[in-house]
Amino acid sequence: MNVQFFIEVLVGGLLSGVMYALVALGFVLIYKASGVFNFAQGAMVFFAVLSFVGFMELGLPFWAALPVTVVLMVATGMLTERFVLRPLVSQSEDTLLMATIGLAFVIEGMAQLVWGVDVRRLDLGIRDEPIGWFMDSTGILVSQLDITAGVVAGLMVAILALIFSRTKVGRGLRAVADDHAAALSVGIPLKHIWGLVWATAGIVALVAGMLWGARSGVQFALIGIALKALPVLIIGGFTSVPGVIVAGLIVGAAEKLTEVYFGPMVGGGIEGWLPYVLAVFFLLIRPEGLFGEKIIRRV
Amino acid sequence: MNAIADMDAPMLAVRNIEVIYNHVILALRGVSMQVSPRSIVALLGANGAGKSTTLKAISTLLASERGEVTKGSIEFRGQRTDRKTPGEMVAMGMVQVMEGRHCFAHLTVEENLLTGAYARRIKGAELKAELERIYAYFPRLKVRRTSLAGYTSGGEQQMTAIGRAMMARPGMLLLDEPSMGLAPQIVAEIFEIVRDLNQKEGVSILLAEQNTNVALKHADYAYVLESGRIMMEGPAAALAENPDVKEFYLGLSTEGRKSFRDVKTYRRRKQWV
Repeated sequence: MNVQFFIEVLVGGLLSGVMYALVALGFVLIYKASGVFNFAQGAMVFFAVLSFVGFMELGLPFWAALPVTVVLMVATGMLTERFVLRPLVSQSEDTLLMATIGLAFVIEGMAQLVWGVDVRRLDLGIRDEPIGWFMDSTGILVSQLDITAGVVAGLMVAILALIFSRTKVGRGLRAVADDHAAALSVGIPLKHIWGLVWATAGIVALVAGMLWGARSGVQFALIGIALKALPVLIIGGFTSVPGVIVAGLIVGAAEKLTEVYFGPMVGGGIEGWLPYVLAVFFLLIRPEGLFGEKIIRRV
Repeated sequence: MNAIADMDAPMLAVRNIEVIYNHVILALRGVSMQVSPRSIVALLGANGAGKSTTLKAISTLLASERGEVTKGSIEFRGQRTDRKTPGEMVAMGMVQVMEGRHCFAHLTVEENLLTGAYARRIKGAELKAELERIYAYFPRLKVRRTSLAGYTSGGEQQMTAIGRAMMARPGMLLLDEPSMGLAPQIVAEIFEIVRDLNQKEGVSILLAEQNTNVALKHADYAYVLESGRIMMEGPAAALAENPDVKEFYLGLSTEGRKSFRDVKTYRRRKQWV
């Protein structure tokens, strides 16, 4: 076996895993604060980056389009809190879940209504082709975009993990996720917390959308990457911010390695389903995921 | 002069309230009650009598359960509470400890306590001092402070819930069934601590309990609720001697043990008033 080729495939897999982790991060945020799987996360990724590209097409330069889109995503988060979540306080998690499915359709529809359905190109000025000197010295293909994605994902995970575990707001977020009613009863301001989390999830969606959009174009299919995030979530645990990165790397590396080494034996296409098989495997042996909170049930 | 008048004024005054859930289900009718400063008041009654509903109406948590106070008024510290949110009530000094404890299972005991001070703008040494104040009342919680609340015992969870509420430095605590599902020894321990909090911190306590015996032992005054109405009220000591209370809620009667035949009479007699 060619070691250098193996490393090259491995690195490629790990880097694509980072991209999955970026999307999964948005899910974890909302799950940690409202205890609900947000079906609309994929739609938010799509809406965020589509709006960003839309603003640039309207003539805004990059540095102006970015804050405008951030404001838009924050507003979307606040509106979601006001009109979707607040009326459903203390309802069952299933109700909230259904609400996010509805929200997904609304956001998808709105995005296309406002910005149209064309596929667009997003140029961040970060090149997505192998860096020459790195390839020459090590023989591994890594692009600037790969490195940017890795650094951005690492930073976001570190910051969010710190906020959740060390700060007062983080404690409030986890408390709300555990028990809405109890959080209300001790005076934790539910609306601020939820508004904050959905706004943050919107910003995370924008970052993920920009990196994905730069790689594969800004198009409706971006919504589907949310599906890729699902196995990452199950493996890493819905409630763990660092778990998302580890699971993203596992999924990315596993799917690329098996595709390259075992794909030819079965005619390829392993990449498409392997993550889900891994996820099922984890559901069987460790349903809370690698780093998720233990499921506590007292009898 | 005024100060004396204020001392006598009730801290909480519930006047003739009616509560309706989901616009149709009538849960309380014409409930009136008062809690004076630094007192312990018990709200007694069987399952479904409306004890929890009364407490939630007072703490305004009712709104999140689709309940509504449709008639009457509730005043806390002289202010009407009908337009207040639970968060505002906590800021005004009233915290409810919900039935079934409702600890944050995935937070440690200490983190649970810290969430109680969420609405207060304190941190660092001051927050530490507050924690120590609570640990002084609940030494068991200090031992278990790094355990996840979900893994602690029922009694410890009840203590966590009460301690968490006390972190807000409330003037009044609403306790909903603190004895639920706990061993008698633990119940006694918790009620001792509650009494202690009442005397040393001067916090008024409104207590909903099915455990009539324990509640009447610790309370100053009590109300008996039945089917959404107040059926009886009086100083706790007097109620404990009341023959009806003795028979229906304490299971004591002058006639000794009863046979099953008398259950019918019990039913009939229960419709007094």
